[in-house]
Amino acid sequence: MIDVAVRTRQYCTFRLAQHLCGIDVLQVHEILRHQPMTRVPLAPPVVRGLINLRGQIITALDMRTRLGFPARDDGRQPVNIVVGVGEGSEAMTAALLVDEIGDVIDIDPANCETPPDTIRGEVRELIQSVCKLDKGLMLILDVQRALQLEITSS
Amino acid sequence: MGDLDGLVTEFLVESYENLDRLDKEFVELEKNPGNRDVIASIFRTIHTVKGTSGFFGFEKLQLVAHAGENLLVRLRDGVLTLNADMGSALLRTVDAIRGILGNIERSGAEGAAIYPELIAELEALCTGRTVAAAPVAPAPVAEPAPQAAPAEAVHPVPSVVLPAVSSETASRGADPAAAAGGSLADQNLRVDVRVLDRLMNLVGELVLTRNQILQLAGSAADGALATTSKRLDHITSELQEEVMRTRMQPIETVWGKLPRVVRDLAKQIGKQVRLEMEGKDTELDKSIIEAIKDPLTHMVRNSVDHGVEKPERRIAAGKPAEGRILLRAYHEGGKVTIEIQDDGGGIDPARIKAKAIEKGILTAEQAAKLPEREILALIFAPGFSTAEQVTNISGRGVGMDVVRTNIERIGGSVDIGSKVGLGTTITIKIPLTLAIIPALVVQSGGERFAIPQINLLELVRIDTDKIATEIEDVYGAPVYRLRGQLLPLVHLNKVLGLPETQGAALNIVVLQADENQFGLVVDNVLDTGEIVVKPLDPQLRGLAIYAGATIMGDGSVALILDVFGLGARAHAVGKGREGRTDATAVAGEPKEPLLLFQSPDDGRMGIPLSQVVRLEELPASSVENTGEVEVVQYRGEILPLIRVFQMLPERRRNPRNPDAGVSPDVLPVVVHRHGERHVGLVVGRIIDTVEESMKLQKAASRAGIKGCIVVSGKVTEILDVEAVVRTVVPDFYRS
Repeated sequence: MIDVAVRTRQYCTFRLAQHLCGIDVLQVHEILRHQPMTRVPLAPPVVRGLINLRGQIITALDMRTRLGFPARDDGRQPVNIVVGVGEGSEAMTAALLVDEIGDVIDIDPANCETPPDTIRGEVRELIQSVCKLDKGLMLILDVQRALQLEITSS
Repeated sequence: MGDLDGLVTEFLVESYENLDRLDKEFVELEKNPGNRDVIASIFRTIHTVKGTSGFFGFEKLQLVAHAGENLLVRLRDGVLTLNADMGSALLRTVDAIRGILGNIERSGAEGAAIYPELIAELEALCTGRTVAAAPVAPAPVAEPAPQAAPAEAVHPVPSVVLPAVSSETASRGADPAAAAGGSLADQNLRVDVRVLDRLMNLVGELVLTRNQILQLAGSAADGALATTSKRLDHITSELQEEVMRTRMQPIETVWGKLPRVVRDLAKQIGKQVRLEMEGKDTELDKSIIEAIKDPLTHMVRNSVDHGVEKPERRIAAGKPAEGRILLRAYHEGGKVTIEIQDDGGGIDPARIKAKAIEKGILTAEQAAKLPEREILALIFAPGFSTAEQVTNISGRGVGMDVVRTNIERIGGSVDIGSKVGLGTTITIKIPLTLAIIPALVVQSGGERFAIPQINLLELVRIDTDKIATEIEDVYGAPVYRLRGQLLPLVHLNKVLGLPETQGAALNIVVLQADENQFGLVVDNVLDTGEIVVKPLDPQLRGLAIYAGATIMGDGSVALILDVFGLGARAHAVGKGREGRTDATAVAGEPKEPLLLFQSPDDGRMGIPLSQVVRLEELPASSVENTGEVEVVQYRGEILPLIRVFQMLPERRRNPRNPDAGVSPDVLPVVVHRHGERHVGLVVGRIIDTVEESMKLQKAASRAGIKGCIVVSGKVTEILDVEAVVRTVVPDFYRS
């Protein structure tokens, strides 16, 4: 029993387009309903805007755009998952915009596999592993990578 | 002690803290005598006390610390093993140090006690003789501060000195009575910066809540509520100010240590260097002060070591023997700029190039293509050092790249400029994390933006009905005449790709970036106020047009525009820079913008831009004839055209380039205006606009020409616009 408890990890699940995704629950700071935001002209499309989170300004990234899914068209407001990665001067906080938030579930790493080679280019980088659940597959996202955007000033 | 007071205070505070830690460490050591790490830590503390006391000239303190340190070295290196005698001798050393520090704090001097027995005992322990010497030094020596203090009564130094200083440097708001009575350690408190951050955020929230209360109170008819909310307003503002101040420190805290560094280093390597400082009280966020401490020290050391030459060489070069290093700090464009400027030998790009090739950083071909600026920037490349000799000061090539990394980590940039023989200037620009700046809030495309007031010159508002006449156009680039000077206009909506709004009036925010001015056209000018600059997330720092973001009164986020980045993006800054280089070349002459175009005999002609309202390219088919004059319909009026080249007596019978570089079906037309009258001058191919002195260098050789000047190496004829226009429309200038 103890063995299992040590080995399983908890993931916060959410829905993006038709996919079920998950991120390590330890990286999640909080979940917020849709917040008013200030858009950032000239920023890459994935940057949806800036949010005032109790005095801290954080960047909201649309995970649909980040993963190359089509834009939301059902008129529903996305939900913010505030995540934090890194420590000290490397620390980064951001809000990930997702379609719908799900449960926190325990995952046994034995049920996870590296993403199949057939997944195309950039998205593959962002998917840490694919988890086989009873009801389907869950994509575990590499939050650190997802937060890294290439911006040049040109 | 004069200048040293602040430093002594800092030394005392730091030493007390370290000594407190020592107590804990000694206890730890008793439990676990073999722990080398603890011994090493104790050693470092005592060593620091010794070193600093030597610096301040506290000889007694230095002697005691030195004796203790000697014993600790042997313990640390494993020559001796700690025993009970050594332990108690060391503890007494700590007590003795504390006693002397107490005297210094009270009177500014060390006091009379010199602890000879303790020192003798420590020395004896060092040589390995153990217990024999110990009983010689019994209780009285071990008695620390309280005993030493009475000896102080004799001392003449007034006891006010230190508390006065400490209350100024550390706790501005502290009760003066408490400051005079309490010990330094009681007045200063180290607070985790994260706690301050949290406080700051909470105060921000409080401010927002206050704003809402104020609105409610404004609409309610309750007098008491109004009074209370006013009070809340004042208190909140004051609280906000104080909390913000807790994080700010003058840059002097870093600079204070540099004169000594420079002096020692210069002595050591036989140079004479004077360190000057400007803008000592420029305030910076605490975290930034910490972050720039080491890079700054390193760069100043570099300037002494590599920058300033030896006195002989300076005299040979006709410079004073004493070199000068100037540190400057100032706020600019929402950033803090720190310059380290020396008047030394400068950096020879050829040497850098050679070194880079030698070290394999560049190939010879790459090096040949690099502009000078980028060559200089190579000194920031990892593993690069041009010092001929590796000294213990610098030259190991681990310096400048680390400096740059550290500065960039906090979102800053480092730039270097150098002139061989004249000196080098290193410019560091760092953002003001959490700094408060006055700003103008504007609105464009439905978004709000803050513009740092420091970049703001003035605001101009042009009413709708005047826009057409006041905003002129130079080949697609809108300009506005601001007191006779042409001000290039930049539309914020266009630059940022925001939807364009059809506003009533035109709002121009006149901005200064470097030495260039440009007008930023925005939809609305909202308000001015102090804003708290918050850095953007690392993911967005690549966007040079933003200096950060801020939270507005209603809790929403607004971006802060970086005027330099904005100007550069809109090309309003870059071009002017080139013009300025020309200006310095022929200094003294007033410059005038000049429109250049090609003439039929392949020469160049110019018209002062002040005589140009607009430039148009009209299709040749739109020209109509009324009587002898050619006209076009232009903006709802009839514009007479003058073919300039036909008005000028031609020197050659067959011009080399009769169409003056223009295809026959397009007419480049310069629109010229006097009062309400307009006339179109048909000219040749438009080449450029330049800034040039209008001092004629050669008299006119034909009618319709004022004379000649040289523009970028080419002789250019200046058209006498008025004379040409008069020949066709004699009463054009009659009012």
